[in-house]
Amino acid sequence: MFTLDLSFYNWELFSNYILKGLLFSLQLTVIATIGGIIFGTFLALMRLSGKPVLVYTASIYVNTMRSIPLVMVILWFFLLIPMMIGRPIGADLSATITFIAFEAAFFSEIVRAGIQSVPRGQAYAALALGMSYGQNMRLIVLPQAFRNMIPVFMTQTIILFQDTSLVYAIGAYDLLKGFEIAGKNYGRPIETYILAAFTYFIICFSLSKIVRAVQAKVAIIR
Amino acid sequence: MDLGIFCKSTLDGEAVDHCFSAIFGITKNADPSYLDWLFKAWGWTLAVAGLSLVIALILGAVMGTLRTLPSESRLNRSLVKISTAWVELFRNIPILVQVFLWYHVIPAFFQPLKALPSYLLVSIALGFFTSARIAEQVRAGIQSLPSGQRAAATALGLTISQSYRYIILPMALRIVIPPLTSECMNLVKNSSVAFAVSVPELTLFAMQAQEETSHGVEIYLVVTFLYALSAFAINRVLAYIEQLSRIPGFIASNNEVVAH
Repeated sequence: MFTLDLSFYNWELFSNYILKGLLFSLQLTVIATIGGIIFGTFLALMRLSGKPVLVYTASIYVNTMRSIPLVMVILWFFLLIPMMIGRPIGADLSATITFIAFEAAFFSEIVRAGIQSVPRGQAYAALALGMSYGQNMRLIVLPQAFRNMIPVFMTQTIILFQDTSLVYAIGAYDLLKGFEIAGKNYGRPIETYILAAFTYFIICFSLSKIVRAVQAKVAIIR
Repeated sequence: MDLGIFCKSTLDGEAVDHCFSAIFGITKNADPSYLDWLFKAWGWTLAVAGLSLVIALILGAVMGTLRTLPSESRLNRSLVKISTAWVELFRNIPILVQVFLWYHVIPAFFQPLKALPSYLLVSIALGFFTSARIAEQVRAGIQSLPSGQRAAATALGLTISQSYRYIILPMALRIVIPPLTSECMNLVKNSSVAFAVSVPELTLFAMQAQEETSHGVEIYLVVTFLYALSAFAINRVLAYIEQLSRIPGFIASNNEVVAH
């Protein structure tokens, strides 16, 4: 029977190994969420535009991204980006680009559902007031759509935070990698894997509690 | 683009006589080609995904059902708590970390697990991870039923287990097939994490063959296609099951239950 010994886990280890990974994971999550929402909104507007070229381009992009395992998407970008720009690119930057591109596909589906959840009368009323398409989207439809989408956005962000651990495939230094290297260097891999699971659980569980609270609030406003 | 790479030997990189040299026994004692390796890897992916699918469906259905038990007795209340804890635990830890837990950590505490091969441990990890998601779908499906169903069952004098068996579950399990379909497709995609503990499946094949041959684009394309094909196949099978189990005049298009 194996006995746990967590005495080696102290501030020094945390700041030397874990903190860097944690910051990268959080940074990746935040950048990919913001980038994903921006590009995802454009993709959603393309799909709802009614112009065949835009609709098909966006649909093919979204459906392709959604049917490939994320690990393969990470590997694809890590292979293709250096080929296209002609020089090697770091795992960190490659991971960031990958996650923005990948999350854009998922956020676009959320945005599309959010836009469709706004009653048609709102868009018609805006048209009747003489607003252009841009004004209609910017001032009437999107603000309402985004409020409906907030809880789903946050849930997707939690999933995204969990998914950032998959950058393991290209060796980027994220939270999981930090724990793994610490475990190897201190010769205590089992304890560090448990600590990694514990850290992810605490972060994701508290975030999901916050999502539930926000959900209740948004639901009342609606 | 040169798909001829798949007809080359994995040992010396020379072209082999038959692309399927080893796997179908066309050429005896021939060097295996990359195509042989690819198909073996696909087999591993399907095996891991299939095995974890069975675990996930059984555990997910049980846990999802337990979460909806009426809080009448102490036993029921504790079952609800246990199943809720189960879902929270397996939903809030990334799949890759769970795979490492099953591969590195849990066998250290339970010696018999050390004898298990890594693909089994990965299947358990994937199965438990997915069961939490399926449990949520099942719970949403059960809660989407009109409360009159449960009330009518009680009025008829059915016990709780009888009302679940004859009234609630037959309806709820049909309702959850569409959201289950996307969970099952996710499972196929998630099986790619098995590369991290050296199960020789498609992703590991892609990484290793890419490094050996420097024909990454061709190899990734084929692997990506096989993943999409496998997910699509699962989609079709479940669509068929949905059609088979459909009760005429009932829940023809119940799309509202698709939960997140």
